[in-house]
Amino acid sequence: MKTTENYLEEIKEIRKIMEQSGRFLSLSGLSGILIGIYALVGAYFAYRIVCLPPPSVIRYVFAGDVVYQLITLAMIVLLASFVTTLWLTWQKAKKDGKKIWNHGSRQMLVNLAIPFISGGILILTFTFRGFYEIISPACLIFYGLSLVNAAKFTRQEIFYLGLSEISLGILAALFPGTGLIFWALGFGVLHIIYGSVMYFRYDRPSK
Amino acid sequence: MKNILQNLDKAFDNKIRLGIMSVLSVNSRATFNQLKEELDLTDGNLASHLKALEKAEYVSVTKTFNDRKPNTSYEITEAGKAAFERHLLALEEILKQL
Repeated sequence: MKTTENYLEEIKEIRKIMEQSGRFLSLSGLSGILIGIYALVGAYFAYRIVCLPPPSVIRYVFAGDVVYQLITLAMIVLLASFVTTLWLTWQKAKKDGKKIWNHGSRQMLVNLAIPFISGGILILTFTFRGFYEIISPACLIFYGLSLVNAAKFTRQEIFYLGLSEISLGILAALFPGTGLIFWALGFGVLHIIYGSVMYFRYDRPSK
Repeated sequence: MKNILQNLDKAFDNKIRLGIMSVLSVNSRATFNQLKEELDLTDGNLASHLKALEKAEYVSVTKTFNDRKPNTSYEITEAGKAAFERHLLALEEILKQL
């Protein structure tokens, strides 16, 4: 004969499994804060490239025209963010004794990659044709869509981060000339807020 | 009290089987290895409980081959889904009575 404690225990266990099953929960909050900072630094340099006469050092390093400078800058920020997220997430998974490459993370990456890569190709294509206004809103919208899509396989907070990115992308499209500001808000400020929330909710060692 | 307890499914009278059903109720399909990893079980332990659920026709099995390596995946059946829901309701009823 089971006691009521057993039943309570069973229900708790079932809820936990149903909530976590098939999801990848080791994403690091700290990496969110860091990539937000990278994005703000990147936005600052982009602002200097676009709006101020470049100092000689930068002119020497990036000899191409403004667009190529911006693309190079964006690629550096993207790569740094990718490496940071991967590294910190790997560390966190290792600490929790979880595998980083499992069913949940595979599903999450596939679902993230589909809108992300198609958006990336679209944006680069239009950039080379000279439609620069599309860059900021499309980056934000496609990134937001990727997050919304991936959220089913990780923490639910990602879903709301995705929705916020999409909203900022639409605003950036509605107000021409504000691309860089919304880009900095979306990739910088939002990531820092989201990263802090995740850090305090899940990462901070509990007392 | 006795009445409510009758609604509990004998097939789920075990934590591991409840765990298996929980995973399968939220994933459309799960492989043997995925279940093993999520529930942290040994091969033999998992296999015997899966067999029991299979016998009750609460889960269905699909066997395929990946490069000649057998790949077994499991799905919850309609009967299994209904039974699991009934069981959860019964558990909740019991807790409500207290």
